Amino acid sequence: MQYTLSVLVENHAGVLSKISGLFSRRGFNIDSLAVGVTNNPDVSRITIVANGDEYVVEQLEKQLNKVIPVIKVKRLAEGEFISRELILIKVHCAASKRAEIIKTAEIMQAKIVDVAPSCVTVEYCECTNRVNTLIDLLRPYGIREIVRTGTIAIDRGASALSV
Amino acid sequence: MISGAEIMVKCLEAEGVKVVFGYPGATICPFYDKLYDSDIKHVLVRQEQNAAHAASGYSRCSGLPGVCVATSGPGATNLITGIATAYADSVPMIAITGQVRSDLLGRDVFQEADITGACEPFVKHSYLVGKTEDLPRIFKEAFHIASTGRKGPVLIDIPMDIQQQEIERFEYPDSVNIIGYKPNTRGHAVQVRRAVEAIKKSRRPLIVSGGGVLSSGVKLKFQAFADKTRIPVISTMMGIGVMPSDHEMYLGMLGTHGKPVANRALHDADLVIVCGARLGDRAVAAPDQMSENTTVIHIDIDPAEIGKNVKTEIPIVGDMKNVLNMMIEEIGDYVVPNQWQETVKGWKKSFFRTPPKFDGFVEPRALVARLSSMLRSKAILVADVGQNQIWCANNFMIRDGRFLTTGGMGTMGYSIPASVGVKFARPNRDVVVVCGDGSFQMSMNELATIVGNKLAIKIIIMRNHRLGMVRELQDMHYDKRHSGTILEGDPDFQKLAEAYGIDHAEANSNEEAEEIIKDMVKSDKPFILVCNVYPDTPSI
Ligand SMILES: Cc1ncc(C[n+]2csc(CCOP(=O)(O)OP(=O)(O)O)c2C)c(N)n1
Ligand SMILES: [Mg+2]
Repeated sequence: MQYTLSVLVENHAGVLSKISGLFSRRGFNIDSLAVGVTNNPDVSRITIVANGDEYVVEQLEKQLNKVIPVIKVKRLAEGEFISRELILIKVHCAASKRAEIIKTAEIMQAKIVDVAPSCVTVEYCECTNRVNTLIDLLRPYGIREIVRTGTIAIDRGASALSV
Repeated sequence: MISGAEIMVKCLEAEGVKVVFGYPGATICPFYDKLYDSDIKHVLVRQEQNAAHAASGYSRCSGLPGVCVATSGPGATNLITGIATAYADSVPMIAITGQVRSDLLGRDVFQEADITGACEPFVKHSYLVGKTEDLPRIFKEAFHIASTGRKGPVLIDIPMDIQQQEIERFEYPDSVNIIGYKPNTRGHAVQVRRAVEAIKKSRRPLIVSGGGVLSSGVKLKFQAFADKTRIPVISTMMGIGVMPSDHEMYLGMLGTHGKPVANRALHDADLVIVCGARLGDRAVAAPDQMSENTTVIHIDIDPAEIGKNVKTEIPIVGDMKNVLNMMIEEIGDYVVPNQWQETVKGWKKSFFRTPPKFDGFVEPRALVARLSSMLRSKAILVADVGQNQIWCANNFMIRDGRFLTTGGMGTMGYSIPASVGVKFARPNRDVVVVCGDGSFQMSMNELATIVGNKLAIKIIIMRNHRLGMVRELQDMHYDKRHSGTILEGDPDFQKLAEAYGIDHAEANSNEEAEEIIKDMVKSDKPFILVCNVYPDTPSI
């Protein structure tokens, strides 16, 4: 099972290493982790996407809560949040294929952000599934390089996670 | 103007610290210099690991966080095993380390070690201090974190320039506000009610007492609860001493090295109330030790322990003290079914064995069983790790005193340095160490600390010329191939005692040993008694 956790932490040096250390030490599998400061400059928000059964998620939440600079841990409910990741893909692109690739990007609502004689770079900001679809569509042309951020996520509706 | 070093001392004074255990070096010198002018006693150990163990012993017997101090680099890394031991045993502790100048951090200069990084998995929290102004807040937080919730060690790493820098004034905060740290100590009333209902419905309830009962300081109330309800009690290694050993309803320690009768009770119980214990693999090795239909009530201050090792039907997060008060109120006049009481009493008789004797040797289990009667009732026994520990855990007849050992980490060499801390916390109690010949040699350097501070600690070495517990494992599972478990080249411990000016004796029978012990407890000086033990004596 895959699940997404939002974690509010004090915005100090060293907090991230406490958290990433916890994952490796306790054998939790994480798919992605993304950090950034929130509207409160003293607080950062970490989004963790991880894999495991109910026992593992529960342990993970409890262990995260034990880390002193962790302020809040919330497991986002399936289907009730919006998630995004950003990807930059550099695709091999002979002049003859350029139109095709641009068309694909357009259909997916991705942006071409750089063009060179033999390749183009596509920028895409979407949920993980759609990002993977775009990768699949571009793979036949020859992918040179992929850079992806971790997933970030936010609850739908008016509720807001704050300290 | 006031320096960081002086602020450090003032913070310790403000926390009521009377004694610190440590070992100096260049980067912690500013602090040592100011400590020299303070009323706080510094106890110079002979290796930093032992400063942490001494702080642990002190803490466990005083109820205050123990404090240990070391220099940067090797001093700090030597502390790690002691810190990790305190963490595994949930002992409140403040570890203070010197660090290289902050402008040199990260450059691998002489005696720089990333100690906050290295200790990350073993501390409840740690600080690398960045500004002298932050010291008072950090000390206040550190003591608060170490001694509340699930207790544990907190490390404060302080670069030398931060200790030297002077600031305008010192003011110790009177409260802390750590937004992410608000342990829930209260206990949920609905859960307590559910627990009591389940107890009342059960036919064979059983209590497992853990170290949490002791760290919550609620031993007497716990005994009163057990007395009144007549619910049988077994304990983990860390929970030994919660009940007097001769209590009718107390069955001893559970687990792979525990008492068969305790394990039998756990197996047959239909409801188990786990009190302040994590139930590690040494306690409940195989899930089939407990019946599948057993209802588990788990009371713990650390929510992460609940459901981690055993499946729990009724979790109660809170401090034992509060939860126990609520349970006592809720349970009223409830008394355990008579039949269960009688079953348990019958088992106690039928499981009882007197260990066989070997001529020309001390029988350690029989000796430990007699030990308490030769000591004052509040005596504190500190056991090391190995067979000696198991002999003590299962046979020491504890009355009002304490039994200390490292149940969580099982660090050999714990007993002697821990006893140093114990004696500082409880100078008027009988303090007795029981260790193996292997574990003794892991911290015999602390004999100097004992002599230097005139501590009347009585050390009983169970000499089997073996790393006995591992030898036993090899006998059972490795075809009796004694790879690396025979102690060769050991010194004559009598001569060693002589060299330190410590009174000493040797015993080859229980009668001899008992005569010596009766005399040794009368003196106000340290003593070493070497008991020669038959090498193949089993643990249980
Ligand atoms: C620091 C450390 N190293 C190794 C061990 C593994 N170990 C557990 S018991 C034991 C033997 C202890 O020997 P001794 O102190 O002579 O006690 P005995 O079992 O003979 O009573 C060993 C090596 C340990 N627990 N701690
Ligand atoms: Mg031995």
